[in-house]
Amino acid sequence: MITDLGIAFGRVAFVMFFVLNLGGLLTWVERKQSAIMQDRIGANRASIFGFRVMGLLHPLADGIKMLTKEDFRPARADRFLFVLAPFVSVFFALVAFASIPFGDTLLVAGREIPLQAVTLNVGILYVLAMLSLGVYGVMMAGWSSANNYALLGGQRAAALMISAEIAIGASIMGVIMIYGSLNMQDIVRAQGRHFLAGWIPAWGIVTQPLAFILFLTAGIAATKRIPFDTPESESEIIGYFIEYSGMKFGMFAMADFLETVVIAGMTTSLFLGGWQVPYLDAGGLRLPWGWVWPLPHLAVVLLQVGAFVVKVCLMIFFMMLVRWTLPRFRYDQAMRLGWLGLFPLSIANIVLTGLVLLAWGNR
Amino acid sequence: MTRLNLRQRFYLVEVLSGLGLTATHFFRNMGRHIARALGRSGVPGAVTIQYPEERRPYSPRLRSLHRLVRREDGSPRCVACMMCETVCPAHCIYIVADEHPNPEIEKVPSRFDIDLGKCVFCGYCVEACPEDAIRMDTGILEFSSYSRGGMIYTKEMLLSLEPAHPDGRPRSPIPIPPNRRP
Repeated sequence: MITDLGIAFGRVAFVMFFVLNLGGLLTWVERKQSAIMQDRIGANRASIFGFRVMGLLHPLADGIKMLTKEDFRPARADRFLFVLAPFVSVFFALVAFASIPFGDTLLVAGREIPLQAVTLNVGILYVLAMLSLGVYGVMMAGWSSANNYALLGGQRAAALMISAEIAIGASIMGVIMIYGSLNMQDIVRAQGRHFLAGWIPAWGIVTQPLAFILFLTAGIAATKRIPFDTPESESEIIGYFIEYSGMKFGMFAMADFLETVVIAGMTTSLFLGGWQVPYLDAGGLRLPWGWVWPLPHLAVVLLQVGAFVVKVCLMIFFMMLVRWTLPRFRYDQAMRLGWLGLFPLSIANIVLTGLVLLAWGNR
Repeated sequence: MTRLNLRQRFYLVEVLSGLGLTATHFFRNMGRHIARALGRSGVPGAVTIQYPEERRPYSPRLRSLHRLVRREDGSPRCVACMMCETVCPAHCIYIVADEHPNPEIEKVPSRFDIDLGKCVFCGYCVEACPEDAIRMDTGILEFSSYSRGGMIYTKEMLLSLEPAHPDGRPRSPIPIPPNRRP
């Protein structure tokens, strides 16, 4: 009983630790990666006793700054919703990661521990629901600020999120049809097979390349970051968090980074094989030409968890690359891309996948 | 308004080429940073200069903080003719003339204050000076203060400054006004 509780706590703690730390580190990654992409060095001045550690202390300095700033609330703002909004944003971004598996089942002392915070049969729907609920925080922030610009920003956020969510849901359909499950763990397990005499891993990016592009585009739109940052547009048209200051403002920024981690985790699980390492199964490494290297169970699980972390980090790198390369879509361009580009293409992808599945038998 | 062709309207190709460009920059700079950290190559990974520690050389023509030129005996070369005070468009020079002990020299400033909070660094005072007594060649650009009073530089402070090195590096230490906190 106590052991079960401890194991459940450990699973949740691992996910929380992973997501929160990665989300916090993303401020550093964003600064440094953009700097290196732009031939700069990036923030490196914050120091403790003269140690700068490549600017890694800047997130800490940011946190101290945010916490000690004045927590301003407009006189006519709705007090309850104004305070609640950033918490809603962060909360749903944080819990969305719960059903994303970070490893296969771990066998310790006769116990089977699923490496996933929550084992859900409808994991994908859960993540989608949490991502959709996240927009409530943004809309609440826009409405409760008693500021027209904030309200418009909140409306832009809602419109963008709806068009993005629909494309996300429709593009995932193809993956669900191929792997035949809504359970994230099952989808990742099904990606462990190999095509072409065992050479190419059956990852989602191989079986569903169009869905990968559509999902990634819609997913970046769902994180509300450049090229789809019409909701906030910090450079000129200002968005939903204009009236926020201090740590509440920081929480909105944090929610964006957490959503980036969630989208990266989703993409990894659905399209990049999740925790699967190519040619690695429960027994060990099994290369296509028949060479086998047996590995102990713990090593396999560690390799798989490591592969998941590496893949998520690579996806985050890619999303940062996109964020620092592309200019922002205008509001109507984003809407047109969502409704006339991503959505019809996702439907076409579903039809195409269905036809292929019909032609080649079930799966 | 230029029409986009089909490839550009398709967008994905252009996005990928843009991503390729930025990724090239990232990996090239990252490789240079790593090579530098390992001591393998001296090519910098960034074009920026870490300003307070590294400085780019200033031009010798740069108009920087003023200094008063000294005679052999250390007294100011200035004869308090008020030319600079008159020509100054910002009215930032304040001179009080006094009699010089040497009868060959007519006057000497007993006070020579420059309010750098007002100075526009036009260099007219240097051009107007008939005695070559004021120059703007110290190479010092960092003079800030938490108060207006701290921006007023007196005769003694201006006399103690040295001209910059030929490459523009300042030779004398940056004069920190007494009321400026560290």
